[in-house]
Amino acid sequence: MLTYSDACRVINDSRNQAVVVTTMTQTKYWYQVSTEPDLDVGISNAMSKASSVALGVALGDPERPVICLDSDGSLLMNFGSLATIAGMAPKNLYHVVFNNGIYAITGGQPVPAPGVDYAKAAEACGYVSTHRFDEIESLDNALPDILSGPGPVLIELIVKGEPQSEGVDQTWESNAKLPRQLRALRKRLTGSDDWGPGGPYI
Amino acid sequence: MINGVLHPKNVIAQLVQHRVSHYVTLPDSETAHMYAALMAEPTITVVPVAREGEAIPVAAGLFVAGQNPVVSIQNAGLYEAGDALRGLGLGIGLPLVMFIGYRGHNRKGDTPDSAATFLEPYLHMWRVEYYVVESDQDLDRVPLAFDKAARTNQPVAVAIGTEYASEDAN
Repeated sequence: MLTYSDACRVINDSRNQAVVVTTMTQTKYWYQVSTEPDLDVGISNAMSKASSVALGVALGDPERPVICLDSDGSLLMNFGSLATIAGMAPKNLYHVVFNNGIYAITGGQPVPAPGVDYAKAAEACGYVSTHRFDEIESLDNALPDILSGPGPVLIELIVKGEPQSEGVDQTWESNAKLPRQLRALRKRLTGSDDWGPGGPYI
Repeated sequence: MINGVLHPKNVIAQLVQHRVSHYVTLPDSETAHMYAALMAEPTITVVPVAREGEAIPVAAGLFVAGQNPVVSIQNAGLYEAGDALRGLGLGIGLPLVMFIGYRGHNRKGDTPDSAATFLEPYLHMWRVEYYVVESDQDLDRVPLAFDKAARTNQPVAVAIGTEYASEDAN
């Protein structure tokens, strides 16, 4: 079984200049290894919508790879996004699903159907290719080729669940992180610093 | 009774004028003619979503990548999309014009369709400013919505209070 830490390290080794849209438990591990923080967005205040944000970025900047670090609980909550992504068929979108079978952030309760095969579901929707890994060596060996091929691709990672014991970080500053990251990413992608303050956090 | 009709070509002209790049939508019964007309507009990419809650997040991603999207969903779909509106519209300060189908709107105030009854209170609850468009004569409100969204960095709604007409309808 994979660990979050190893999986994020291997993904970062192959990301190149990809935008990474992450959510839930893997976000913490991703920030520990990411070498391009201006290209990272952690969807922390809209559970389940990482795949949809990633699709928008991929459609908006089709020359740049976009990697979505999704999770099983989140994807179940936004399952239709598999069909939406398949329908738009962005060649630059790589959808990684960390499958731990639980809602880690709320203490480890099981998701409604822990046995869902997300790779098969994505294949049925029409993703170009799908993959499933449960150990790090095979992921490490296969990932460079997967990320150099056409999307949309779904990569399911069977990971060991880590129920979170501490509460969710809910401060004004923690909630300001997402709008700040999105502005930094827009500046990086467009070269224009034209998105001013708005909303309750900035 | 609403006087006049709303032609898709006139709304699309507004979208083109405001350099809209993507139209993120889940079609509904009132927008069939609009959808067909949009598919023929070469400057705008239609992005169909499977559930309305995806629309605002997809639009947020497009905007971050330098595009200029709008969203078009029905009022009932906007209710489903409430958390996305909160987290990825209002919460991030997204300048986004949302075309919201005002299903059940009849100007009488006694509509049997609760989707209509709740729309304006719902927008007030979220503090989303909005303009109602019922016919071609109201389309001068669309530039106001684009301007307000850009000035405030907030989502602004255009409530479409009628079924889009076919192009030959008077």
